[in-house]
Amino acid sequence: MASETARSHAGVEVRMEELSRRYGPVVALNELTLTMAPGELVALLGPSGCGKTTALRLVAGLEEANSGRVVFGGKDVTGLPASKRDVGMVFQAYSLFPHMTAMQNVAFGLTLRRKTADERLRRAGEMLELVGLSGFADRYASQLSGGQQQRVALARALAIEPTVLLLDEPLSALDAKVRSRLRDEIRRVQLEIGITTLFVTHDQEEALAIADRVGVMNSGHLEQLGPPTEIYSRPATPFVAEFVGLTNRLPGEVKSGVVEVRGTRLPLVQPDAPDGPAIALVRPEAVSLATDGAMSDGPLVGTVIAVAFLGATSRVTVDLGDLTVMAQMPTSTAASTPAGTRVLLALRIDPVLIAREEKASGDA
Amino acid sequence: MNSSQRLKLRVFRIAVLLLMGAFFLLPIGAMLEFSTRGNSVNAPRTLDAWVLIAQTPGLVKGIVTSLQLAVITSLGMLALLLPTMVWVRLRLPQISRIVEFICLLPLTVPAIALVVGLKPLYIWVNINVTPSVLALAFAYLILVLPYSYRSLDAGLAAIDLKTLSEAARSLGAGWITVMWRIVIPNMPSAILNAALLSVALVLGEFTVASLLNFQNLQVEVAYVGLTNAGTSTAVAVGALVLAFVLLMVLTLVGGRLQQQNYIPGQRA
Repeated sequence: MASETARSHAGVEVRMEELSRRYGPVVALNELTLTMAPGELVALLGPSGCGKTTALRLVAGLEEANSGRVVFGGKDVTGLPASKRDVGMVFQAYSLFPHMTAMQNVAFGLTLRRKTADERLRRAGEMLELVGLSGFADRYASQLSGGQQQRVALARALAIEPTVLLLDEPLSALDAKVRSRLRDEIRRVQLEIGITTLFVTHDQEEALAIADRVGVMNSGHLEQLGPPTEIYSRPATPFVAEFVGLTNRLPGEVKSGVVEVRGTRLPLVQPDAPDGPAIALVRPEAVSLATDGAMSDGPLVGTVIAVAFLGATSRVTVDLGDLTVMAQMPTSTAASTPAGTRVLLALRIDPVLIAREEKASGDA
Repeated sequence: MNSSQRLKLRVFRIAVLLLMGAFFLLPIGAMLEFSTRGNSVNAPRTLDAWVLIAQTPGLVKGIVTSLQLAVITSLGMLALLLPTMVWVRLRLPQISRIVEFICLLPLTVPAIALVVGLKPLYIWVNINVTPSVLALAFAYLILVLPYSYRSLDAGLAAIDLKTLSEAARSLGAGWITVMWRIVIPNMPSAILNAALLSVALVLGEFTVASLLNFQNLQVEVAYVGLTNAGTSTAVAVGALVLAFVLLMVLTLVGGRLQQQNYIPGQRA
C-alpha cells in the first residue's frame, strides 16, 4: 500500500546553476553547477567547510544565494522561501518536534497543507509503515532511539510528497551498525519512491555506497562528479584521489608522460604533465607483495610493520626505510606476510595521478 | 554517599527549608495577625479589615487595575520579547549581546530616573492618546524586561531552535506557524515563568505608578494605609497570597506541560 502511493510520485530534474554563497570575505560556495536527473540520488562529499551543506541549504531555501539559480523540474525556485519550495529534508541533528508523537510529526506537513484528518492519518500511517515504524506512531521523540528518530524524520519529509528530498548528514549522529542499516533503508525508500535526492555527507564510504553519482567538493567548488566507481578508480584531481579512499604518496620523477617511482614506470592520467619531481598517488590495492626468493636490498624491498584486519581484506603496511607504503589484499594472502616479513613490493601499471607538493611524506 | 552523609544532607535540607519558610511566612503571619486584630486590646479576632476591602471602592479599582496591567504587561512582554529573541537567535546572533544588554539595562536604572525620563512621554500620552492608567503597561514592559529575558533565554537555550524551525519551514510552515506551533509549545515552563515574574512585579509595583500619578493596587494600599492600617495590611497579605497561588498554579501547569512533552519511557 505504502509503496503504491510512493511509486506514483516520479522525481523531477533538479538543477543548480552557478550557485554562489559568500559570508563576508569567505566564499562558501563558488559557482556550483550540478544537474540531477529525475529520481537520481546524488551525494555531495567533502571535508568540513567544503560548501556541501551550504549547497544543500541553498537548494532547500534555508539560505539565500548571492548568485545563481535553483531549478526544480524547469521551474526557477531561487526566490522562493523554504516554506514554499516543496522540499523534504532530514537534518543531521534530531529534528522531531518533541511535543508531538511520531504520527503527529509525520502529519505536521499535511496539516499545513490542509489535508483532512482522514487523509492525514492514512498518509502518515503509510509513511510510518514505509520506514518500518508502524508500531511506534504514539511514541514521542524522547521514547525513540536515534535511528528511529531519523526514520520518523524521513517519513515526515516524504509525507508531504516533496519535489526533492534533501538529506543533510542524516546518519552522522548514529552508531556504525545503525548507520549502515539506515543507509540501506534510505536507499531502498528512495528507489521505491523514485524521488530526486541530494545527500550530503563527509563519509566517503556512505557516499560511495548509497549514491548514483558522487560529487566531491573542496573549498566551495565541485572537484569531480561521477558514479562511485569512477570517483574511486579514476579520480580527476589529486584532492579527490586523496580524499576518497586511502592513497600512498610515493615520490617520483615525471619524464615524458610517465612517472618513475623507485624504478617502476607508471603512466600518468594526464600525460602532458611537465617533467620534474612529483608525488605519485597510488591506491593500496595497486600495490602487491612478494616474499619468495632470497631478496637483496632494493628500492622496493621492505619490512612489514603492521597488518590491519578489515574483514575480507587486510591492509599491510611496509617500511621501505625512508617511506612507508600500504598494500591492500585478500586476508588469506596477507596471512603469509606477518609483521617482520621481508617483502618485495610491486606496483600495478595503471595510470596514476600526481601531486606537486614540495615535501613528500610518503604516508597515505 | 553513605547513609550518615545522606542523613546529614537531609537534615541540612530540612533546616534550610524551615529557615526559608520562616523567613517568608513569619512576616505574612504577622500581617495576617495584625489585619485580624480588634479595635481594643482585648477585643476578639475580627475580619472587619478584610470585609472593608470590598467596601473600599479605591481598593477594588486598584486590584482590578493591577490585574489588568499584569495581563497586558505579560502578554505585551511575550509578544515583544519572544519573537525578537527567536529572530535574533536565528538570524542575527551577532547582536544577541546588544539585545541582552538592552534587556538587562532596566535593572541598573533607578525607578526615579526612569520616571523622570518617562514623565514627558506620559504627559503627551495623557493628552493625545489616553489618560487611562493602563498606559502604565508601557513602563512596566520596560521594568519586566530583565527578568523575562533571562527566563525566555533559558527556555530557548534548552531547545534546538534552529533545527526545529528549519524542519518546520521545510515542511511548509511560515514564521507565525513556527512560533505558534513549534517554539511556544516547546518552552511552556520558560514562558510561564516569564509571565509569572511579570505578574509578580506588576502586582507589587508602587514607585513608578505613584510618581506618575496613577492609582494601581499598591498606590491604593498605601493610600488606605494612611487611614486604615488593618485594611491596607489585609490587601497586602491578599496580594502576596494571590502571587503565591499564581506561582503554584503556573508551576503545576508548567510541570504538566513539560511532562506531556517529555514522557519518560523506555527507549526502543
